[in-house]
Order: sequence, then structure tokens, then C-alpha cells
Amino acid sequence: MQITDVPPYSLPDANGHFGPYGGTFVSETLIAALDELRAAYAWYRNDASFLAEFADELAHYVGRPSPVYHAKRWSETLGGAQIYLKREDLNHTGAHKINNVIGQALLAKRMGKPRVIAETGAGQHGVASATIAARYGMECVVYMGSEDIKRQAQNVYRMKLLGATVVPVESGSKTLKDALNEAMRDWVTNVGNTFYIIGTVAGPHPYPMMVRDFQSVIGKECIEQMPGRAGRQPDAVIACVGGGSNAMGIFFPYIEQRDVRLIGVEAAGDGIATGRHAASLTAGRPGVLHGNRTYLLQDENGQIIETHSVSAGLDYPGVGPEHAWLKDSGRAEYVTITDDEALAAFHTCCRCEGIIPALESSHALAYAAKLAPSMATQEILLVNLSGRGDKDMHTVAERSGLIF
Amino acid sequence: MSRIRAVFDSLGQQGRKALIPFITAGDPDPQATVPLMHGLVAGGADIIELGVPFSDPMADGPTIQRASERALKWGMSLRTVLALAHQFRRDDPDTPLVLMGYANPIEAFGVDAFCSAALASGVDGVLVVDYPPEEAREFALRLRAVALDPIFLLAPTSVESRYRDVAKLGSGYIYYVSLKGVTGAGHLDIADVAARIPKIRAQVGIPVGVGFGIRDAATAQKIGAIADAVVIGSRIVEEIESSPRDQVVARVTGFVRGIRTALDEVEATAGGVP
Repeated sequence: MQITDVPPYSLPDANGHFGPYGGTFVSETLIAALDELRAAYAWYRNDASFLAEFADELAHYVGRPSPVYHAKRWSETLGGAQIYLKREDLNHTGAHKINNVIGQALLAKRMGKPRVIAETGAGQHGVASATIAARYGMECVVYMGSEDIKRQAQNVYRMKLLGATVVPVESGSKTLKDALNEAMRDWVTNVGNTFYIIGTVAGPHPYPMMVRDFQSVIGKECIEQMPGRAGRQPDAVIACVGGGSNAMGIFFPYIEQRDVRLIGVEAAGDGIATGRHAASLTAGRPGVLHGNRTYLLQDENGQIIETHSVSAGLDYPGVGPEHAWLKDSGRAEYVTITDDEALAAFHTCCRCEGIIPALESSHALAYAAKLAPSMATQEILLVNLSGRGDKDMHTVAERSGLIF
Repeated sequence: MSRIRAVFDSLGQQGRKALIPFITAGDPDPQATVPLMHGLVAGGADIIELGVPFSDPMADGPTIQRASERALKWGMSLRTVLALAHQFRRDDPDTPLVLMGYANPIEAFGVDAFCSAALASGVDGVLVVDYPPEEAREFALRLRAVALDPIFLLAPTSVESRYRDVAKLGSGYIYYVSLKGVTGAGHLDIADVAARIPKIRAQVGIPVGVGFGIRDAATAQKIGAIADAVVIGSRIVEEIESSPRDQVVARVTGFVRGIRTALDEVEATAGGVP
């Protein structure tokens, strides 16, 4: 790796800033809770027994390491670069979300917090949180927008089966961002016994750093696996970006390998020009929301606007602050894929590889399929297949004119 | 001298406590706001906190969030809030006005542009809920450069080093959040407030107002005996919410007058006590 002239990447700084992004933009009422969490995380991130328990849970409960798989037929069809898939869809609960939730729940246990809360949009992070709460015998409350509850009935049922309480959020646009607001309110009220498990690399410091650290197991495994599977590291790593946790997880260990392109794929919904999309980095402006400064979809008055994507997990008006920094610094590129393009890639992946991908991950697949034909056959694309598509059966069927 | 400081000085000489009601600009509609502000003053308000509506008011409870949503339906923005402030100021040159809101509308407006526009509109102080001191240094300095008071929050969970942080940056008064939780939540612990206020006052050297959880005259009296100012928000917004449109100003004015009377009574009876 030619990284001798590159200074080691050491963001965020002590105050949680990634250049101008990140930080701690919360009410005074939350500061003590964040200080407590920072102190605990600063200790346990270097604590051998904590790290050993985390690794053991990832190995024996989640089923890690997840494989790196060569999508040979699809690559041949495209006639260009070889596409490799990091199979986070094979994790217990069906997506990368569980990695982070285990890390935070182990931290909650050590901090003596018997109650965990979470926000969820599509329901994947809620399901992961409910799963771990069941495993560790914790009380779990999941906040979910009432609109999302309608769209994701199956995941709501799943959370209830696992023993969690799902609280419908009726305020604002009744989606993920409002669920996040409500979870923050719960936390500020019940901070003594409650740990807030944020599901993505956003929120006030230390969440963007902590969630990235827990998810970076994805990229670390890739760095170990790629030489064996593909003979070398990839030319580009591609991941979808909503809040951005699966992308940070696979990007982070590659940041200092400057010859590896990092490509984040945002949801263009009906198309950027229609205004109905969720592409904060591509079409947003920097601002402050949910405890951090980052790119936001907002109107000219600074009000947060409603987003749209066929994939509920990308339907968020902000993005993790480290992505904002990687964009501005030029280290990562951010592109967009529309609903239709993502759905096309979804169907191709089903039929070409026998893998039903999540609609979120289908955005990354779609961009890989776009890029591959322009590359040589010995070049390598590594795509984070962040989750499986079982949860999306309803959405895909409806878009195809079928109703179960 | 700032209008805020002048009010506290004058109240201090009279042995009275400041009453600071909160309303959201544009709630229940933009036409109601300026008459409501005059009504608050008529009812005995010393300072007005005017909420700037925001789509994602994370630190507020459901009552104030609903007020924000009502106001946003009318297309309220920071620009129109400033216009209402300006309108109020034309007829009331004395009552200090504090804008209370979230960072993003101000950043979208532009911090420098906001500081000059706020000054020109007759605003006296600004409280940005999601700018804690560690993120607000630059903003506070720019406000103070145009003689606007940066108002900061302190909470029961704030450690004493934070009293010093806000003392360095803040002016006007400190807003002490009297309980854990969001605006409009539960009941407050008077004894706990009583224990903390003198410590805070000693460190910050400016008046300390108490808000969150003050819903009636009796609680206002108890807080008035401890703090320099009593802030009432959610309870007034509830009054706005539950009043027929043509009685909103009268009902809110009446409510504030009730609190004022109670607050002045306690001062009168407590007057001889050192």
C-alpha cells in the first residue's frame, strides 16, 4: 500500500469534530448523559475484556466473519470489472445493524443501564435492538414513525415478538427523523437508567465515532479477506448511504489506502430534479440537526424537508458527519441511484446470483452495475451488501402491481 | 445598558422578580402574535421569550412542538419572526425580547445577517437550544459584538465547571431548566432548585431564571422566592391551544396576570425576610 506520505487518519478530534462537521449540538439537558457515555466508551474501547466479549458475540451470535463473495455471473454479464459482495445480509437479523447494536448494548450493560431505547425507520435497527435486548435481558423501547409502522408492519410484529415495546410517533412527518426526536426526549427524561442505542453514524459525539468503530469490523474483515478471495485489495469500495453506518463500516479501514476509491451511493428517489429524494450529500447544504453539523435536506428557511426513497432505510434528511467530511476532503465520492435503478439491480441480483438484496443495498449494487462495464475485467469492485431483502417483499411486490 | 439588564436592575430595586412568558411566533396564526405579545406585557410580563418555529424541536415536549407545527403551517420562518418582533417593538420600546429556537434556521439565515437583522428588529437576547457553550463560542461573540445577549441554559445535571463555561459566554440571564426532560414535563423539585440557584448565581454573576414545569401561580410563587425570574412556556401555549380564536389574547393576558399577582404577593410577604 502506498500510504507512506499520508498522515494517519485520526478524526474525529477530542470534541467529536470531523473538520467543520460533527460536534455536540444538543440541549444542556443532554450534556451530562453524553459526558457519561464518552467517558465509558473512552475506557471500554481499549478494554481487553470488553473487546473480547464483542468479538465473541460477533463470531458466535452474529455469525461473523461474513463472507466475501464473487458475483461471477453478474460480473460476466456486465463485461467489465469483477464485482465482489461483502455478505452482511448473512448476519443474524439480516443486516449490518446488529454489529453496532451489540457494541452499544455491551456498553449499556457495563454502564449499569437496564433499559435501552432506539429509533427506527425501516425497522432493521429496531429489530436488531429488540433482538439484543432479548439476548441480554434488557427492557427495550423502540420509537417508530406512525407512517413507517404502516409501511413496515412485519418488522413491527418482529420487534413485539422479541419483547420490545414499539411506540408510534405521530409528530412531524411521522418518519425516522421524528422517531429520533422522540427517542432523544425519552433519553433526556430517563437518562438515569436508560441507554440510547443510535442506529447510524449520526447524532452528537461520541455516536458517529462509536458506531463507526463498531461497524468497522466490516472493512477490517474485507482487508483480510480480499487478498485470499480476489488476489488483492479492490479498486473501489461501494456502499449505500442513508445515515451512512454500513458505508462508514466498510470505508473506514480503507481510508488510508489512497489507491482504493470510496464511493457512497445516495437515494435519488424519483430523481434529484423532482425534489423527491433523500440525497443529503448530493443535494443538501450543511446545517445542524440531531446533535451534529452535517449536510441536510432543508428549505431556504432552514426547516428540514421530507425525504423520499423506495428504501425506508435511506429515507433520512441528514447523513453522518464523517461522510460530510470525506466528501469535502475529496477522499470519498458520493453518487446517486434512483428508485427505478435500485429496483432493476434488485431484480438482477435475485436472478443472476440467487441473492435477494435489501433495497438499501440495491442502490450500491445498481451503481456497481453502472460502473463495472467501463472498467477492465481484471479490475475489482467491492460492494457492501448491507442487508437482505426479505423485509422488502411487500414494497417490491406492490411496485410490480402485486398485493399479498 | 441592555434592556434585559435594565429590567433586572429595576426589578431588583423594587424587590420584585421577573416574569418571562414564552409563546411561539405564528401560533395560533401570525396575526395573533403581536397582539399576544402586547397582551403578555399588559398581564405583567417583564421579558418576552418568542419561540422561532422549527420542524424538529428535539428539546421540546409535545405542546411546544404542536405550536411549532401550527406556526409552520402558516409558512412562518425566521425572517417572518423578525418582522413580527419589529412590529412589536414599534409600539413597545421597553420590554426586552428574547428569541428562543434551534440552530439550523439561524445558520440557514447566516449568522452575521441574523445578528444585524435581530438587532434591527429590536431583539435583545437569543437562546439557541442546541448551541451548548462548547459549540457556541463564535456565535456568542458575534451576538455580543452587536450588544445582543446570548442566553444559555443550565440543567440539574450540569456540573459546576459548566456554570463557569456559560458565565464566560452568556449575558442577560441564565435559563435554569428545573427538571430532567423536555418542556411541559412533570413536576419540579423545589428543594433541589433552591439548593442550586444560589450556587449558580454565585458563579455566573448574572440573574438566573427558572423554567420547565412551572404551571400555576403556587409553583411560580415558590420559584419566585428562589430565583430572579420565572419562565412559563408550555402552560401558556396550552392556553392558546384551548382558547377560541377570538378569546386567545384575553385568556392569555388573564392567565399571565394571575401569575403576576401571585408573584408580587410573595415578594410583598417575603419582603421583610433577609
